[in-house]
Amino acid sequence: MSEPRPELFYNVSNSAFNVVQKPLTGWGRLYEIGVLRKVVLLAVLGLIWEIYGRRLGDENLLPTLIQTAKALLSSVQTGELPKAAFYTIMLLLKGYFAGLLLAGLLTAFASVTRVGADLLETLTAMFNPLPSIALLPLAMVWFGLSERSLIFVLIHAVVWSVALNTHAGFSGVSPTLRMVGQSYGLSKVSFILRILVPGAFPSILTGLKVGWAFAWRTLIASELVFGASGRSGGLGWFIYINKVEYLIPNVFAGLLTIMIFGLFVEYGIFRAIEKRTVQRWGMQQ
Amino acid sequence: MKNGNSVLVVEGVTLQYRTKSHLVTAVYRVSFNVQRSDRFVILGPSGCGKSTLLKAVGGFVHPVEGSITLGGAPILKPGRDRVFVFQEFDQLLPWKTVKENITFALGTTERFSRSEADERALHYIRKVNLSEFANSYPHTLSGGMKQRAAIARAMALEPQVLLMDEPFAALDALTRSNLQEELLRLWDEMKFTMLFVTHSIPEAIRLGNRILLLSVRPGQVKAEINSQGADAARIEQILFDRPIAERGSHE
Repeated sequence: MSEPRPELFYNVSNSAFNVVQKPLTGWGRLYEIGVLRKVVLLAVLGLIWEIYGRRLGDENLLPTLIQTAKALLSSVQTGELPKAAFYTIMLLLKGYFAGLLLAGLLTAFASVTRVGADLLETLTAMFNPLPSIALLPLAMVWFGLSERSLIFVLIHAVVWSVALNTHAGFSGVSPTLRMVGQSYGLSKVSFILRILVPGAFPSILTGLKVGWAFAWRTLIASELVFGASGRSGGLGWFIYINKVEYLIPNVFAGLLTIMIFGLFVEYGIFRAIEKRTVQRWGMQQ
Repeated sequence: MKNGNSVLVVEGVTLQYRTKSHLVTAVYRVSFNVQRSDRFVILGPSGCGKSTLLKAVGGFVHPVEGSITLGGAPILKPGRDRVFVFQEFDQLLPWKTVKENITFALGTTERFSRSEADERALHYIRKVNLSEFANSYPHTLSGGMKQRAAIARAMALEPQVLLMDEPFAALDALTRSNLQEELLRLWDEMKFTMLFVTHSIPEAIRLGNRILLLSVRPGQVKAEINSQGADAARIEQILFDRPIAERGSHE
């Protein structure tokens, strides 16, 4: 009752396409620029701040963006803010890198021996939930009112999150890659540096970011509590002293400085590293 | 051992591994000899311990009895004289391009200068038809291309024996067939020695010159045959001890 269906054959030619590749239009292309999208977003947020601040009309409650910018500018001109920021950042870097070093040693030890892994897991479970700031009183007893107390607290803030993420990343490196590395006869150190570290890089980066954020928070909080350690004060101290003197625009200027640093480190450093590493390697979209 | 041509000698090897609750015997008293330029295939159903056996040759697993020797020397640990091509697509280092994957492997031997390693890498990349993709990162390649790159990397090291652990099993049928063809062409050219593990009877017949048939759990040698003139139905019969018609739920 039904006839067999005919077989069909076609000639395929590539010349008849209307669109194979078409360049995007002007707007489409602008929208693809991530920096531009974010600058626009920041501008909008700034505008909302400005409008709300003006309506409120009380610079000692919420200074407007322009008032804050002015305060920022004058604090920069007097040299007070740059000095405080420089002090804080130097301290931060010292603590951060000391923390990274310690985390690196702990994780390396953990990836080579079972005892090391047990030790790291136990220590992380114990100390990671402990707020660094809670150690500050103790640190002051041990190291006195010096930079060393702050660095001690900073190391504590950095080391566990970095070690935890790195360790988790190492254990996530696939058995196949491990076997590839082993069959090249790499030494233990070489194996860690050339196979495990790049293989675990997405987690390591997360650890670095989390550690960086913890370090900032801890340091600013410590400075607020601790005040000027010895001779000069940092950003936390700058914020605190201006609050005491009721110079609220200056308080905002201090906060804004921290945020600007945050943006710079995120986009200028971490994102740049991501682009060159994990995104290029297809480990992250 | 008696035979001067033998490259790899496996003698009475038993392999066991430990899970949380059991001690499992994967392979029981397996013996075979691989001669120079053999395309030696280990064929068996899944769970016969053939991959474990290959890992033992690789030096990742140690026999509880018996011995494995390569060129007369016992195998104690992984080494560059036995290079693996795995089934998994993630065997290339994702942070290196195809070429860098090969030069990195060559670099670990410390036998080559940088320019020699480069040249050699490109040579083998050309052999597997990946020249256009030499500077691509692995994640931009298709599964078949990744396997080709892994084969190029393994061959560039010129191992005494190439260990292939079902390298084409995760590929689609067309790509698999193409790669089998290419592998045979490369073998014709270079006559390398390879030990190839598979669970596919047609693949074993096509690629091997000598086929070792293993039984299920624990793997024991059922036969060692030449693939020339081998017949799939007969192999199936040997493997499963029964006429083909009865084979049903087993896999």
